[in-house]
Amino acid sequence: MTSDAFVSAGQSLQADPVQIQLADEVAQVAFGEQLGRACNGEGVLFLQGTLGMGKTTMTRGILSAYGHQGAVKSPTYTLVEPYETETARVYHFDLYRLADAEELEYMGIRDYFDEKALCVIEWPDKGAGVLPTPDIELTLTKEGDGRAASLVAFTVKGAEILAQLRTML
Amino acid sequence: MRVLGIETSCDETGLAIYDSEQGLLAHALFSQIDMHIPYGGVVPELASRDHVRKLLPLTKQVMAEANCNAEEIDAICYTAGPGLIGALMVGASTAQALAMAWGKPCLGVHHMEGHLLAPMLEEKPPEFPFVALLVSGGHTQLIDVQGIGQYEMLGESIDDAAGEAFDKAAKMMGLPYPGGPHIARFAEQGTPGKYLFPRPMTNRPGLDFSFSGLKTFTLNTVEAAKEANNGELSDQERADIALAFQDAVVDTLLIKCKRALKQAGRKTLVIAGGVSANKDLRAKLEVTLSGMGGQVFYPRNEFCTDNGAMIAYAGCQRLMAGHTNDKQIKVQPRWPLTDLPPLDLPTDKASD
Repeated sequence: MTSDAFVSAGQSLQADPVQIQLADEVAQVAFGEQLGRACNGEGVLFLQGTLGMGKTTMTRGILSAYGHQGAVKSPTYTLVEPYETETARVYHFDLYRLADAEELEYMGIRDYFDEKALCVIEWPDKGAGVLPTPDIELTLTKEGDGRAASLVAFTVKGAEILAQLRTML
Repeated sequence: MRVLGIETSCDETGLAIYDSEQGLLAHALFSQIDMHIPYGGVVPELASRDHVRKLLPLTKQVMAEANCNAEEIDAICYTAGPGLIGALMVGASTAQALAMAWGKPCLGVHHMEGHLLAPMLEEKPPEFPFVALLVSGGHTQLIDVQGIGQYEMLGESIDDAAGEAFDKAAKMMGLPYPGGPHIARFAEQGTPGKYLFPRPMTNRPGLDFSFSGLKTFTLNTVEAAKEANNGELSDQERADIALAFQDAVVDTLLIKCKRALKQAGRKTLVIAGGVSANKDLRAKLEVTLSGMGGQVFYPRNEFCTDNGAMIAYAGCQRLMAGHTNDKQIKVQPRWPLTDLPPLDLPTDKASD
């Protein structure tokens, strides 16, 4: 668990979220890479946004920060795709198909959060009650032909990551 | 040789008994049978991946169906990967426990090898070599198969699998999960040419797939159609979009299959995985292959999706060639198909 400074769900730690316009896929991947570097291979990141909003594209950017070059397959069917690079261990979750958060127990979800790893979680609402408080929640919405990203911190660590991210933008 | 096969890599709990002399003796999927009583009440939808409670009742059921006892089972096989680690561990532990209790050998099987050998369970199995298209909710892969364990990855999806694209397009159109059968049904009423969807990655050389962009294209098409109709998607619009979407996926698979057969110099195509049950895909592949003087093979519908029969069959082939595992309970959530040893070179640790 990474919720070192636990804050009740729905209450953000930082008053100012990080907000950014991402004109196209290239910009989305580039921003993901910056976010990946700011996370430094550790933490719990929730990715919010409807179908086709670019959550997996964002994850591809995050993974590229750790030197992952190959395919980033959607974990919708497998629920989680693990990545181990020289600099980090990243778990990419997609809870889209979960019917009940309790199903997470059957897949041994707790083990993933005990490690020193970065857990990127799509459709986190499906795991409400079982998932830990995220360090950061990133919400993607449609903005013209591109996307808008909004990031909110829920823990001290999340706030530190956002502070680090601001210096990169 | 008679083998008990256990599949628990993802959602389904599948059990089967395959006999190298007599063929498939019994198989069962948890969802197919009335297990309310052994489960302890109503089976909720959340029972997906709750393999622990399903495995032993299912094992008893296939043993009874095959009319055989523990002494008559020669070995136990389980899916060792790829898949969810928690789900795989349940199957592996159960298989090793049974093997130890019954004093039989045990072998971990590769889930995708199971899928690509599934058509071998049919009356007219394909002959090696062939090109296999594994196409499901989790995978889209083209593989050149020279023999069991002799695999060359020709191409695969770099993002979403074809089956997943069906599921998500269906969701956008307000159709239930799993999306494939629903889209296929609506597509039958669709107006040809009303919409034209892109065929991703077909204009450039190579055998990789990408279905993520098709998802975004579908979203935009559905939203535009809704906007033009007071926020509602009419059944005719739904059918028109379903047809255009299905055509795009089937065409893309068709183009890549042709290209793969040509590149590998093969005339036989095997399709397996959930999407291989799509009628339009099967029909178009049959026309294409017969035009090339070749033939297409696929498993019966119930063995297109995850099942225990393919694991029992694939494991049996390897066991007969002398492959077994030690007593270690070991799984491999990530396990490239191309890491498998060929069948004619027996090793004592086939899944290492």
